[in-house]
Amino acid sequence: MFETLESNARRVAERLPASTTHWAVRGVREFSEQLCVRQSVAEAPRRAHDEGVMVTVVDGGMGYAACSDTSDAGLAATFERARALARAGAGRCVIDYERVTRPAVSGTYTSNVERPAARSTLPERLAWLQEVCAATGTDPRIVDRRATLRNVSTHQLYFTSDGARTEQQWEFMTPSLEVTAHANGVTQVRSSAGQYNGFCQQGGVEVLDRAGFRDTEGPRVAREALELVGAPVCPSQRLDLLLMPDQMMLQIHESIGHPLELDRILGDERNFAGTSFVTLDMFGNYQYGSELLNVSYDPSRPHEFASFAFDDDGAPAQRALLIERGLLKRPLGGLLSQARARARGFDVGGVATTRSAGWNRAPIDRMSNLNVEAGNSSLDQMVTSMDLGIVMQTNCSWSIDDSRNKFQFGCEYARMVRRGRLAEVVRNPNYRGISATFWRSLAMVGDAATAQVMGTPYCGKGEPAQVIRVGHASPACMFSSVDVFGGAL
Amino acid sequence: MMDGTAGRTPEAYTHAAQFEELADALLRAEASVDRTSLYLRAEASDFLRFNHAALRQATTVQQAYATIAVERGLRRAESTLTLSGEPGIDARRLQEERTLLVGQLDLIPDDPWLLRPDAATRSHRDERGTLPAAEGVIAQVHELAGGEPKPDFVGFYAGGPVIHAFADSLGSRHWHRVESFHFDWCLYHRADKAVKTAYAGRHWDKTAFAAKLEDAKRQVPLLQREARTLSPGKYRVALSVSAMVDLLALLSWGGFSLKARRTGVSSLMRLERGDAHFDPRFTLEEALGSGTAPAFTATGFLRPERVALVQDGKMPATGGTLNSPRSAAEYHVQHNGAGEEEFPDSLHLAGGNIAHGALLETLDTGLYVSNLWYLNYSDRQAGRMTGMTRFACFWVEHGRLIAPIHVMRFDDEALRMFGAGLVGLTDSPEFRPNSDTYGSRQLASITTPAAIIDGFQLTL
Repeated sequence: MFETLESNARRVAERLPASTTHWAVRGVREFSEQLCVRQSVAEAPRRAHDEGVMVTVVDGGMGYAACSDTSDAGLAATFERARALARAGAGRCVIDYERVTRPAVSGTYTSNVERPAARSTLPERLAWLQEVCAATGTDPRIVDRRATLRNVSTHQLYFTSDGARTEQQWEFMTPSLEVTAHANGVTQVRSSAGQYNGFCQQGGVEVLDRAGFRDTEGPRVAREALELVGAPVCPSQRLDLLLMPDQMMLQIHESIGHPLELDRILGDERNFAGTSFVTLDMFGNYQYGSELLNVSYDPSRPHEFASFAFDDDGAPAQRALLIERGLLKRPLGGLLSQARARARGFDVGGVATTRSAGWNRAPIDRMSNLNVEAGNSSLDQMVTSMDLGIVMQTNCSWSIDDSRNKFQFGCEYARMVRRGRLAEVVRNPNYRGISATFWRSLAMVGDAATAQVMGTPYCGKGEPAQVIRVGHASPACMFSSVDVFGGAL
Repeated sequence: MMDGTAGRTPEAYTHAAQFEELADALLRAEASVDRTSLYLRAEASDFLRFNHAALRQATTVQQAYATIAVERGLRRAESTLTLSGEPGIDARRLQEERTLLVGQLDLIPDDPWLLRPDAATRSHRDERGTLPAAEGVIAQVHELAGGEPKPDFVGFYAGGPVIHAFADSLGSRHWHRVESFHFDWCLYHRADKAVKTAYAGRHWDKTAFAAKLEDAKRQVPLLQREARTLSPGKYRVALSVSAMVDLLALLSWGGFSLKARRTGVSSLMRLERGDAHFDPRFTLEEALGSGTAPAFTATGFLRPERVALVQDGKMPATGGTLNSPRSAAEYHVQHNGAGEEEFPDSLHLAGGNIAHGALLETLDTGLYVSNLWYLNYSDRQAGRMTGMTRFACFWVEHGRLIAPIHVMRFDDEALRMFGAGLVGLTDSPEFRPNSDTYGSRQLASITTPAAIIDGFQLTL
């Protein structure tokens, strides 16, 4: 498709009327493979080839049209449809799209891949999953085991009437292992990094090595599942709370990432994904967390799931601190949202993070890589500092209000801390709090040795809805006096 | 205007003849496999999002995805391709992919839980609508919501045909096309206080749209009253149909799956084990016959019109589970046409005896929950749920709305809420189409009455 897309599109675009002030074309081609072995049975391998194009036209208003027919006729019809929608919106839009400045930069991005998945064979990949399942052992209390592997190759070409041209190629790898154990009327699920794929990174087969997927994860996940079915229920009381990176990523995602999305602050998501307790006047003066809290938007971090060089409006992406020493500095908003905020009298800045889930969705403000910067405390120092506390790992339940303030999160696995020492495992651990105050209770931030680069393929938002890949790197972090509680059984 | 010639875009696959053409080109019986199948999901959709009564994004999407699968003995391989709309090109690409998949069959192990239909089957459902042009919806919103005093209108329109179709080399042919629209919007008073309304169907009527918008406008002043803060504790609540949809949708997440029941992770394990039951007035079924979802699966199995899930508060003799062919093979039971995720697509909760329109009067004093938000399990095996109140929830005294409330979190057990806690259900279950648009527009639905519950646990 890409061989002819640009020449075809430019030829078709020449026929647009003079009233057209801007057009853009974003072609996306994606190949994916999904493999699953459950209870040592390999399910049917699933491949997918997805390709199509999104055309944007500004002519009075702005219109988008998406189609998988990239022939001359298909592109012509798609341009025409986008232009018709643009005309229908003229004078009726949230901003005068004709006055928005757009970048005219060019460049490329390619994921850093050491061992491409395509160099392995299908039987090899299935054998890896069989090995991981087998490594969970034969204990009869383990009633279900499931290992999956998803690899995705994405190629995106973006070019505009203003001369922008960016070409980006990504390789994504997502391994996952989930074990269910049952004993004495108790059933527990333990996973390698979350039931919603926390260990996902850019790269090839080397991602499996970084995850310990084929080496350590089978025995560890099985052991911890068995610990959980014999464990007491998590107590209900206020405790110091140490969150490991695979729960920190969810905490960051829900109570920092979503509230800082500028389109949400501007009200676009109020009919669906919600609003934000953050308002435009808070940037530059609101104390979001304790002075230990430093949060970065970092699209340049190697291997992280949402690394890229340009967003889907063609803006060049650069690392920036959103929260520095606890102070809120800038939102997650692309060029269009920044212009809309300025039009309301708030020059709050932003970052290049306008992204789309695929060729058939228009770009909106997303999280991309959103990270908590490492601090100075070792894991041992944090545990030792707690007289009575709890360490929680791996999210399994998440809920937060539509302003992204009152939250309640549950984890798969937890251990009590008593007098500075790790103590018994407890099951069904949950905690709840309020974003606006929770981050101010951040008491210790782990050093780089405690940090992991994680993420999720499943961040949902937008109308029409879009599921997008995001990355979250974080150290372990300790919060004082949190409302902790257990499950019902 | 541009002078481009309209081609055969993916919109072509919203017509049965084009799908038949593709199927006929691909699905010849061949000795190398036992079955080749083709599953189509296509749509031609207009998406319009509005904020502050102005247009934020207008998008048209034409998409068609075909999944081609080959099966030989106990082996299956499949691949999904985007279609261009030109049958010759699409048939060639699918044929090339089929050849690759046949090669994969030699590389994979047998799958003892693979089932395929015993015989060829056919079905055809084609529900046409009268849908507005996107340009017309933009103009109507501008006319009806854009005037002074301009309401804080934020909403989303999605409309167009949605197609599911299936064919295989054994002779099965299934076509399912539904033309519909779904427009929901909020009229905001301020911050998180809003009246949420939906207008959905197959035949657009500007007068009906205007009436719904006017009705919503009349409700907004109620939100101007000073909001109350409720303390954590147990409350008598009236759950609107929308709130019930959210609770039943969460219950559907693993609650009725045969695999989830057999592996012990279902949210209804206590019902399964007989440790608890719902109120006898709680009867739930998967009722495809009265919904809009297709009556066939992606692998060509037929789906029955009704599957009992909860009968008079208890697990029915048939098990009350949705059994995919794969789980059926694994656990040696009959399948009942469930998809591989074993989620209900047309959930139906029977009505009770609270008269339509008497919900607040029956509540008397307590909390009216218009909408819930971000539900999840806080203890899945216990069926314990958590979530937030949202939009226009009100404190009610003597059957009258007194004041909106600040959002509150609930944490309660499904088997308690609809068991000992159930006061009653309204007598007219309402059909609510699924408005999700992740990847594609959905054809699932939930039909439910409103409910009154005692002891609803608010926690934060």
